[in-house]
Amino acid sequence: MKARVHVMLKDGVLDPQGEAVRHALGALGFDGVEGVRQGKVIELDLAEGTDEATVREMCEKLLANTVIESYQVELV
Amino acid sequence: MKVAVIVFPGSNCDRDMVRAFELAGAEVSRVWHKETALPAGIDLIGIPGGFSFGDYLRCGAIAARSPICGAVREHAGRGGYVLGVCNGFQILAETGLLPGALMRNRRLKYICRTVPLTITSTDSPFTARFTQGQQIALPIAHHDGNYNATPEQLELLRGEDRIVFTYDDNPNGSVNDIAGIVSANRRVLGMMPHPERAVEAAHGNTDGAQLFAGLMEALGTADA
Repeated sequence: MKARVHVMLKDGVLDPQGEAVRHALGALGFDGVEGVRQGKVIELDLAEGTDEATVREMCEKLLANTVIESYQVELV
Repeated sequence: MKVAVIVFPGSNCDRDMVRAFELAGAEVSRVWHKETALPAGIDLIGIPGGFSFGDYLRCGAIAARSPICGAVREHAGRGGYVLGVCNGFQILAETGLLPGALMRNRRLKYICRTVPLTITSTDSPFTARFTQGQQIALPIAHHDGNYNATPEQLELLRGEDRIVFTYDDNPNGSVNDIAGIVSANRRVLGMMPHPERAVEAAHGNTDGAQLFAGLMEALGTADA
């Protein structure tokens, strides 16, 4: 089984990289991009039966820094 | 004063830190991150700058979970002293020994230059030899020095007088111009500027030397 973890900067935390991407899109002529937030996706190959709580524990302990980041777990 | 400087794969300021402590008169050993215990009688742990584990995942994240960090936590829990510089500050934030997190610089660029700082609290062994409001200059060299914390954490840092260094001309977007903070017991310091790169005449700047001298004063000679 696999889990996909999405890690994003929390709302309200300025995302300088997302902001740079927004500017670059504007420079390429894409009007109307009002905001860009950049995050990361982490895919985990897991032993069958691993539960979501365990993956959330991985997020809390390592995969996300919950001071500035939020995460979502998707079991696939 | 007995010092252990921790070395991670990708640390690149460990020798500079060793040199600065030795110049101040400390007895220093270097400890590899895979160790689970510190040499006996260590007064202070130095966590040096660099790019531990290539800054993979987040700066400092992997290093903060390496075997030696259990011993670092225990040392700090016993009231031991810890100095984290640059990547060392990022690691201390990731271990939770200091609040907040270091993010990518506001203008996204790696910055390597000497910057003016103000000593905003002399109430710590690290800053006791400076004067309140004193302006000094120290080198910075980082890509992720943009200090961020929750409003509650900032309130606590301000209320407990734990912000000890601020930037005069904020280079990286750090909230409240924060360049260095201490723990509640004032024995753990994390700072982005490099005091160990400003301790001898050949560096062209000795503003950092007072930090190491202050620690010697607090912790005494190696055999004391």
